Amino acid sequence: MLQTIIPLSRLPNGAAGRVASLSARGLIRRHLLDLGLVTGARVEAIRRSPAGDPAAFNIKGALIALRNEDADRILIAID
Amino acid sequence: MESTSQLFGLNPLPDQLVVALAGNPNTGKSTVFNALTGLNQHTGNWPGKTVLRAEGSFMHRDKKILLVDLPGTYSLLATSADEQTARDFICLGRPQATVVVADATCLERNLNLALQVMEISSRVVVCVNLMDEARRRGIRVDVEALSSELGAPCIATAARDGLGLDKLKDAILDMAAGITDTSPRQVSYEPHVEQAAAQLEARIRPFLPGWANCRWVALRLLEGDSGIIRAICSSLDDDSEKVFLKEGAAAWAR
Repeated sequence: MLQTIIPLSRLPNGAAGRVASLSARGLIRRHLLDLGLVTGARVEAIRRSPAGDPAAFNIKGALIALRNEDADRILIAID
Repeated sequence: MESTSQLFGLNPLPDQLVVALAGNPNTGKSTVFNALTGLNQHTGNWPGKTVLRAEGSFMHRDKKILLVDLPGTYSLLATSADEQTARDFICLGRPQATVVVADATCLERNLNLALQVMEISSRVVVCVNLMDEARRRGIRVDVEALSSELGAPCIATAARDGLGLDKLKDAILDMAAGITDTSPRQVSYEPHVEQAAAQLEARIRPFLPGWANCRWVALRLLEGDSGIIRAICSSLDDDSEKVFLKEGAAAWAR
């Protein structure tokens, strides 16, 4: 099966996927990993702020808001 | 060496054991703090609520304990002021024990911090809080199994209702007084990282007298974590500092 890979910033509200890879480096990467965004982790887009940035995601049982700038660097394989 | 807790503006009584309280945001950490100390520290839900740590004391089995509430963080390795405060205290303040408050409803994400604290200190108690909320959601936590997996005592609590607090106090006191034998589970890294860390650890050990965990410092040096390197340097004399930085840079170059 061919999987669709998109940046987390483009995951529509209510949709979910799994982390395929992180393109962030350095401290940002470290921080994203600490938030639970490890390869294979399931992420669901919950809602967006009025301007669309930041957006809130369910990551391992916590609601976490991410800026698009950071969510762009998280690649998601859609369920 | 003078009590490093004093560097953080703490003045524990001579017979008082210093215990740090760490945990992810929204784990009921401040509720645990209040329940243990009987204080009424404000609890609320926004980032940075506890940037400046709070402290309170309590007695248990005739021993005095000074409890230091650290900011809620997901990690001790990243960038925010909160994380730095928590990390510097656990690393440099050298509390006699550290309690990691974890959310029973999403343990997995909480164990990241627990493992990081266990890398720094062998005197860790894990408080598995919000057990009432977990039960409501049909989540069962086997704290015995978790304790043996982690190599650190894990205590189930529902701090809001005061459940499990006596057991938690027993565990904290036994750990802080050095009664509990622990062998906290250590994260092992890839062989080349382990090898570099072991080499560096042996070289810096002479310059870090009284440091419980040179391995952790070696790993941070390898990572090039400038925040922690600065914090460690501030506690060293000038000569030690120079050698310490030189070894760090040399290891990094290798």
